[in-house]
Amino acid sequence: MINRECGVYKTTYEADMALYPVPLARYAALAVVGLLLLLPLALDSHSMAITNLIALASIGAIGLNILVGFTGQVSLGQGAFMMVGSYTAAILTARYGMPFWVGLPAGGAVAAAVGAVFGIPSLRIKGLYLAIATLAAQFIIEWVINHSTWISGGAQSTIYIPTPQLFGLEINTEFSRYYMILPIAIAAYVGALNLVRSRAGRAFVAVRDRDIAAEIIGVNVFRYKLLAFAVSSFYAGVAGALYTYYLKIANYEHFTLVTSVQYLAMIIIGGLGSVLGSVFGAVFITLLPIVLVYVVEGVASLFGFKYAAIADFLANLRLIIFGGLIILFLAIEPEGLYRLWGNVRRYFRLWPFSY
Amino acid sequence: MAFFLDLMVNGLMIGAMYALVALGFVLIYKATSVVNFAQGDLVMFGGYIAAALVSLYTLPLILAVPVLLATMIVLGFVVERGVLRPLVGRNVISVVMVTIGLAQVFQGLAAMVWGAQTINIPLPIPLAPYQLGEVFVSPINLVAAGIAMVFLVGFAYFFRRNRMGIAMRAVANDQQAAMAVGINVRLVFALSWAIAGLAAGIGGVIWGNMLGVDTHLALVGLKVFPAVILGGLDSVPGAVVGGLLIGAIESVAAGYVDPYVGGGTKDFIPYVLMIVVLMFRPYGFFGREIIERV
Repeated sequence: MINRECGVYKTTYEADMALYPVPLARYAALAVVGLLLLLPLALDSHSMAITNLIALASIGAIGLNILVGFTGQVSLGQGAFMMVGSYTAAILTARYGMPFWVGLPAGGAVAAAVGAVFGIPSLRIKGLYLAIATLAAQFIIEWVINHSTWISGGAQSTIYIPTPQLFGLEINTEFSRYYMILPIAIAAYVGALNLVRSRAGRAFVAVRDRDIAAEIIGVNVFRYKLLAFAVSSFYAGVAGALYTYYLKIANYEHFTLVTSVQYLAMIIIGGLGSVLGSVFGAVFITLLPIVLVYVVEGVASLFGFKYAAIADFLANLRLIIFGGLIILFLAIEPEGLYRLWGNVRRYFRLWPFSY
Repeated sequence: MAFFLDLMVNGLMIGAMYALVALGFVLIYKATSVVNFAQGDLVMFGGYIAAALVSLYTLPLILAVPVLLATMIVLGFVVERGVLRPLVGRNVISVVMVTIGLAQVFQGLAAMVWGAQTINIPLPIPLAPYQLGEVFVSPINLVAAGIAMVFLVGFAYFFRRNRMGIAMRAVANDQQAAMAVGINVRLVFALSWAIAGLAAGIGGVIWGNMLGVDTHLALVGLKVFPAVILGGLDSVPGAVVGGLLIGAIESVAAGYVDPYVGGGTKDFIPYVLMIVVLMFRPYGFFGREIIERV
């Protein structure tokens, strides 16, 4: 991640695909994890909440990137799959009194099953037709959850859940929630890294790059497409379930088409086909509205406007900047923030003798 | 029976308006192979401009309509030139995503310039419905259906007889081959966006008159997907048939199913239908079947 790899020459495929490209990388990774563990020491409760949202978004974005970035199947249904995970966890916790560590994987598993079902059309259709099919998935899942009172709990389709407990401790501050989310986010990150360098991961990339060629060399295209849908939805389900435990409420409004679009924007701005890029995208998209509020508020207060007067303006400006960034990144830097990060790294690789 | 007929006829009328939006959509796909997720937002923008011209600046309708159409054509040009041109030849994800980005910009821009509250477009069309036998039909629906038909015939003629229309079909079929025989592909792209802008402008006026103009008008664009999939993404008659069918089916289904499930069938049935069509006949009724060769 942050190690330098100058003067490293690999002679086997295993070495090239290794999780740690150089010995130093192991320590660099440990250092990053250590810093993440110590992060709460440096931040107040408000910043901690933002960090938690970033970690949650990272899980969903990594999942979507496995499907879109690595397997090349466009999905506009990530929000819906998160919704499935969210409601599964909420129902298990609120009605059956299941603990956190049952609700979380169950949310992921149910979402994975639903995701695989909606991945079936990918057998026959691809590209933009698939994108449109997943758009239908988004609406159908949203409607079903909203209209079956057994799932949504009736009033406003909202389910409240009690404060989650882990090892007998109540998870009720931003700091404790951080330690609830962080291990799962790290597991998601490492899991994705390992997945994409496994046999399945190579099959994903083969399907993305040329599905017909992949089929000819013996990759079972349909199976791996379904697997990608299932894995991606599992991530989405886990993120959704975590979101529920985080907010102590399950509500469909958190997972509409807008959410799906936001996650797509994350992986495009972060970098398609890059696990680290998904995290960059999650950070960027989560921070964007917050930073924007600070900046616009600062400028507006110079001219003596009150916040209430600019709230509408801000919401609209956010949409424009959000859309504009998607367009800009696609036009100018289609490989996203990950590419920019790579450029910086390449510059420092031989620094200060970079010629 | 009267209930069924009433649902059917009004559904078909709504369907004609879907068809109007779908036409612009199909046109862009046919000529440039871009699936335009921002078509609904173009419609919304058209509605906003019309509403602003008529209601806020009190222009007479006879002046407002040409101004609106000219603006929409220019907007189509600008979008093609500024946003889509850099992405020619990129993969599907990029192109889909850029139109989604565009949709967000339109949403923000429209609400920022004209405010979020609903604006009305007063049209000189009577409100009282006509009674045909046992069926009530509102005049605005008739007008919409009429305009959709005019557009259909116009497009059909354009794509079959007009030099430019044939060039558009050639570009849709094979960009490189079209370039090789001397067709100005860039001009074709720009023109198809301009025409789609025009169709969206008219759609915006009619939908805006029906529903009132606010940012929710853009949702019409999402409703159009089932229609174009059903009819075939690259077929002009398909857009009309698909639009009419979806309008009729959702209206009838809503009439009979809504009482049991508590509403919202309209937002559900078209998408189920669309998934089924995608599974069994992805190119729709009239679309060109794409056969992949190794």
